[in-house]
Amino acid sequence: MSISVKHISKSYDNLKAIDDISFEVKEGELFGLIGPDGAGKTTLFRILTTLLIADNGNAIVADLDVLKDYKSIRHSVGYMPGRFSLYQDLTVEENLSFFAAIFGTTIEENYDLIKDIYIQIEPFKDRRAGKLSGGMKQKLALCCALIHKPKVLFLDEPTTGVDPVSRKEFWEMLKRLQHKGITILVSTPYMDEAALCDKIALIQDGNILKIDEPKEIVKDFPKMLFNVGANNMYQLIKSLKNYKHQYSVYPFGEFVHYTDNRHNFNPEDLHHYLEAEKLTNIIIEKTNPSIEDIFMELAK
Amino acid sequence: MDTENVIIVEKLTKMFGDFTAVNAITFKVKKGEIFGFLGANGAGKTTAMKMLIGISNPTSGEANVAGFDVYTDPEDIKKNIGYMSQKFALYNDLTVKENITFFGGIYGLSRTKIKEKRKKLINDLGLQEVSNQLVGSLPLGWKQKISFSVSLLHEPKIVFLDEPTGGVDPITRRQFWEMIYQTANNGTTIFVTTHYMDEAEYCDRVSIMVDGKIEALDTPKNLKKQFNVESMNDVFLKLARE
Repeated sequence: MSISVKHISKSYDNLKAIDDISFEVKEGELFGLIGPDGAGKTTLFRILTTLLIADNGNAIVADLDVLKDYKSIRHSVGYMPGRFSLYQDLTVEENLSFFAAIFGTTIEENYDLIKDIYIQIEPFKDRRAGKLSGGMKQKLALCCALIHKPKVLFLDEPTTGVDPVSRKEFWEMLKRLQHKGITILVSTPYMDEAALCDKIALIQDGNILKIDEPKEIVKDFPKMLFNVGANNMYQLIKSLKNYKHQYSVYPFGEFVHYTDNRHNFNPEDLHHYLEAEKLTNIIIEKTNPSIEDIFMELAK
Repeated sequence: MDTENVIIVEKLTKMFGDFTAVNAITFKVKKGEIFGFLGANGAGKTTAMKMLIGISNPTSGEANVAGFDVYTDPEDIKKNIGYMSQKFALYNDLTVKENITFFGGIYGLSRTKIKEKRKKLINDLGLQEVSNQLVGSLPLGWKQKISFSVSLLHEPKIVFLDEPTGGVDPITRRQFWEMIYQTANNGTTIFVTTHYMDEAEYCDRVSIMVDGKIEALDTPKNLKKQFNVESMNDVFLKLARE
C-alpha cells in the first residue's frame, strides 16, 4: 500500500473536521477524494503530508509513519495545496530552482518527470509567478511539487475554478504522471472528474460515504431514475416537488432527475399529473445514475 | 413572454495597451431571462462583466444595462443591479442580521424597509436559529444562499452572479439554482458565469467567449444541435479547443 489511513479523526474546537476515516491507496493508483468545501479534504491532506497532527488514528505514506517519520515523508511526497503556494516575487525558473534546491536536487536531474508540463510554461520562465495566468500558475505549482521526484503526489483541488478545457488538460497530465509510477491522491468538488480516477472516496462532513471504483459505485443506486423534461423548468420542478409520490427531484442539465416512492411506479401516472399541472412537451424516460446522483442519495 | 431587453450590448470593446481583452461583443438579454456567460479562464468574461456593472470604462462600443448607459450613468446602473461573486460575498465577522442591515443600508433602503426585508429573508431561508450568529461560522452553502438573497434586497432588475456555486455540495448547488429559477420567474434577469457545464444547461441562453469574442450564442438545445454533440461540456470543448 502506498497510503494507508486508519481511523483518523481531527477536530478544531467543537467542529469535527474528520471523523474516523479509513482507506487505502495502492501503489501507482490514481485515487480521488470527491466532496464539497468543508468535507474535510484539506485537513486530511495536511495530516498525510505531516503538516497537521491527527487527534486519533494513524497513517502510513510511502511505507513511512506520518508521526514518527515525518522528516523522511517530506522527501518522499509532493504536495500541491489548494491555495497558490509559490513565491509571487520569484520568476518561474527561480521558483523551480528554489524548490529543487530545498530538496537537494536540481532541475536537470529530474527534468524528465516535469518536461511535458514545464515546456508549456518555459516561454514565460523569466516572468514573476504572481503575473502568471491561473492555468500557468497551476502548471508551475505542479512542476514544483514534482521536482524532487516524489513517490506519492497530493493534489488538493487542483482544478477548482478552472475552466473545462484546462481541467481536461490537467487530468491528461495526471494520467501521464501515473504511468510514470507515481501514486496520486487528488481531491475535487467536480463530480464529473471522479470518473477519471481508478478509485474514489465520496466524502462529506468529515465522513466517507462510500469507497469504490467509479463504475462500481453507480451500480448501487437504490431506485429507478428518470429524466423528466417539459416546456417550463421552474414549473416542472415545483410540480414534481408537490407530487405526493416523489422521492427525489433534482435539476440535472436539461432534465430533472426524478425517483418515485412506489415500487410499481408507472411513468404514465406522472405524465397525467404533469399534464394536469398544465405542462407541455412532457418527456419521461429512464436514465442511468451518475456519481453525482449517488452522492446526493448518500448525503440525503 | 416579455420581450423587453434589459441588457443591450453593441460592439463592446476593451483594450489594455495593445491587448484586446474584449473584442466587439454584441448581444441582448431579455427581462426575466437566465443568461449564461461562459468562457475559458482569460477569455475576457470578467473584463466584460466589469464594464456591464459600471466599474470599468469600455474602450469603444455601446452598452445599455437596466435602461442606463455604461458611459454616462454607471452610478444608476449600480443602483439597479445586484452582484454576487464567490470571492466576495458577506462579512464573516458580522452576524447574518448585521450583514443584511449593512447591505440594505449600502443599497440605500430605508430603515423600515430594511427591517421588513430582513424579516422576510430570514423567514424565507429558514435562518431564524442562526440569525444572530457570525456569518463566518456558517457552512459555505448557506452563505451563498444568504449572499444571493442579499444581492436582491433592493429589488434590482438584473442580478450578476460570478461563479456563485464553486465548491458547494451538489444538493445545495441545486437548491441554489431553484432560487435562481424562482427569481427569474418573478421577472428579474439573471446573468451568470459558471464552470459547471451542467449549470450551463439550466440557462435559457448561453454565450461562449473565446479570446475576447463571443463565438457562440443560443439556447443550450440549439448549441448542442449546431455542434452535433450530446452535452454543453462537449460544445465548450469543441469551441475553446480551437
